[in-house]
Amino acid sequence: MQRFILSRKNHIALISGILIAIGFTSALGFKNEIVAVWALAAASVLGVAPIAIQAYQALKVKVVSIDVLVTIAVVGAFFIRNFEESAIVTFLFLFGAFLEQRTLNKTRSAIKELTEMAPESALKQMANGEFEEVEVDEVDVGDILLVKTGAKIPVDGTVISGEGSINEASITGESLPVSKEKGSTVFAGTILDNGTIQIAADRVGEDTTFGKIIELVEEAQDSKSEAERFIDRFAKYYTPAVLLLGILVWVFSQNIELAITILVLGCPGALVIGVPVSNVAGIGNGARHGVLLKGSEVIGDFSRLDTMVFDKTGTLTLGNPSVAEKKYYGDNIDEALGFLASVERESDHPLAKAVLADIGETTFSPVESTEVIKGGGIVAGVGGHRIAVGNVALMEREGVELSEQAKADIAHFEKNGNSLVLTSVDGELKILMGVRDQIRPGVKEDLLRLKRLGVKNLVMLSGDNQGTVDVVSRELGLTEAHGNMLPEDKSAYIKRLIEEEKQIVAFVGDGVNDSPSLALAHIGIAMGSGTDVAIETSDVVLMNSDFSRLPHALGLTKATARNMKQNIVIAVGVVLFLLASVFFSEWMNMSIGMLVHEASILVVILNGMRLLRYKLRK
Amino acid sequence: MKKATIQLDTLTCPSCVQKIENATKSLSGVDKESVKVLFNSSKLKFDFDDDKLSVEDVEKAITALGYDVKKSQVKAK
Repeated sequence: MQRFILSRKNHIALISGILIAIGFTSALGFKNEIVAVWALAAASVLGVAPIAIQAYQALKVKVVSIDVLVTIAVVGAFFIRNFEESAIVTFLFLFGAFLEQRTLNKTRSAIKELTEMAPESALKQMANGEFEEVEVDEVDVGDILLVKTGAKIPVDGTVISGEGSINEASITGESLPVSKEKGSTVFAGTILDNGTIQIAADRVGEDTTFGKIIELVEEAQDSKSEAERFIDRFAKYYTPAVLLLGILVWVFSQNIELAITILVLGCPGALVIGVPVSNVAGIGNGARHGVLLKGSEVIGDFSRLDTMVFDKTGTLTLGNPSVAEKKYYGDNIDEALGFLASVERESDHPLAKAVLADIGETTFSPVESTEVIKGGGIVAGVGGHRIAVGNVALMEREGVELSEQAKADIAHFEKNGNSLVLTSVDGELKILMGVRDQIRPGVKEDLLRLKRLGVKNLVMLSGDNQGTVDVVSRELGLTEAHGNMLPEDKSAYIKRLIEEEKQIVAFVGDGVNDSPSLALAHIGIAMGSGTDVAIETSDVVLMNSDFSRLPHALGLTKATARNMKQNIVIAVGVVLFLLASVFFSEWMNMSIGMLVHEASILVVILNGMRLLRYKLRK
Repeated sequence: MKKATIQLDTLTCPSCVQKIENATKSLSGVDKESVKVLFNSSKLKFDFDDDKLSVEDVEKAITALGYDVKKSQVKAK
């Protein structure tokens, strides 16, 4: 019976609304007081039923909920034969709950989209060797699963046969399909675009990367900041206090009308829902844009950020050196490039890889002899020619004459922070290449946006020499840049900012050797391609290590923090206004109070919903 | 000790959270410290002693409060 009534709450609201309409038309239109009284009394009894049941259940577990206040108020109004008030208050309360439910679902929609991407079933190999469809919960580590074209990968695993291409957007945010073959790792929640594969399950359920992302987001949206915990504690004592106040007013003034009005007006209403709504909408927006925010504490800190500290290699730069500038001298350059590639092919030096990648397709010649000159480079015999590949010192040792033009180029390349690779053929300089770790495309614009959003200092810390660091810093327009720093120097630097300068600091690093700094900073952001480490160590996770999501993340946390404050102001303002007007005005009554309450709840939810559409202005 | 996650019907009022939390904590065998009601994802998470009670007991207590249980999962801790 109780459950039947509760599950029909929305119908009850509708019927009680109709009864109220009948009551008022007969009273005002037909002057028929008897019908009016009966209709309104019926609406009250019907409407209060689900509220009273909820109140009873709450009291059973020792909670004085809003339902308790409303039930007492309605019963009181009924008792003094004020059916008009009792009917309207119950109707507004039920109808308000209905609207809250609808709008609240909207604010949660972004995260729901994410969780609905979770795989539900899998084709599992049974003891007889056949594949059978089972629920994803029934898959254990080590099981063999079959995945067909168009299906979701059910668990994290390794491909054991077949090949195909997989869209990993749900994990990495990257929408280009990745091809997979035997031995490749596949992730739960990603989609097999074409091909058929068999995989062995390595991690299942909540242990998969996707499972961890979902758990993180779910916990984040319900995590509470200090302010929220305060409101919760406050609300716990607030409702009983309102009840007590109502009773005291009744005892001393013997005015039931006033006492029950206080019960309705004192409902905490928008206060308890305002902040969570902003939180869930903000985190939902982030999840849609590849930014996972770990809870409202993170939102609070990040929105008040003073200083952002970056690791250089792999964060601001791509992390793999490549040829940035090159110059050719004299004739037969193609031939010289072929010789260079042939020599570099034998080497595993990082610069050699960059050079080879830059040359690309060429004609390789057999290398007849090689001699490695320590601190210089390589001297080799290729096709009867003497080839020297290395730095300026090696050229001098080989007696290669450098023209004025070449000397100027070398100076220029060095100033730009390049490592130099010179190539001579038979004692004549042919090729000059400048190799450096290049800045990530778009980073400069992103840093500018961060600055515009109010980050005061952009600092770079790096293990590289100060010269290289200065070049990058100048190019990016950073506030400060420090080179020659070990991981412990970096964390000491951050500690000083936090403890001595009382700044709010974020650290962006690769998540592997910078973990002390990540842990120390108020906000740690690891740039590790959506991996476990990045997810676990970061306070803000950027999907696919996409640096360009950083400004969005910062803008979003600022908007969310603002939104929370607005909602608190609205909620507190409404309660103060209502309580003040009951004592100082003539027109305030239960119905108006309930209307204002329900309206304020909708206002804070709608305000929170704005965050779902938040986008950083370019 | 086992770890349970119960997926509830959509929760819409913050006071529901308190009711469910108190109801779960009042059952003996449930680790009070571990009880967590996730309002937005409408989930109840808690650790319990499987010698003293089963997850069905908790489900029953919550259904009695008027909230539907959609799915529950128990894992060894």
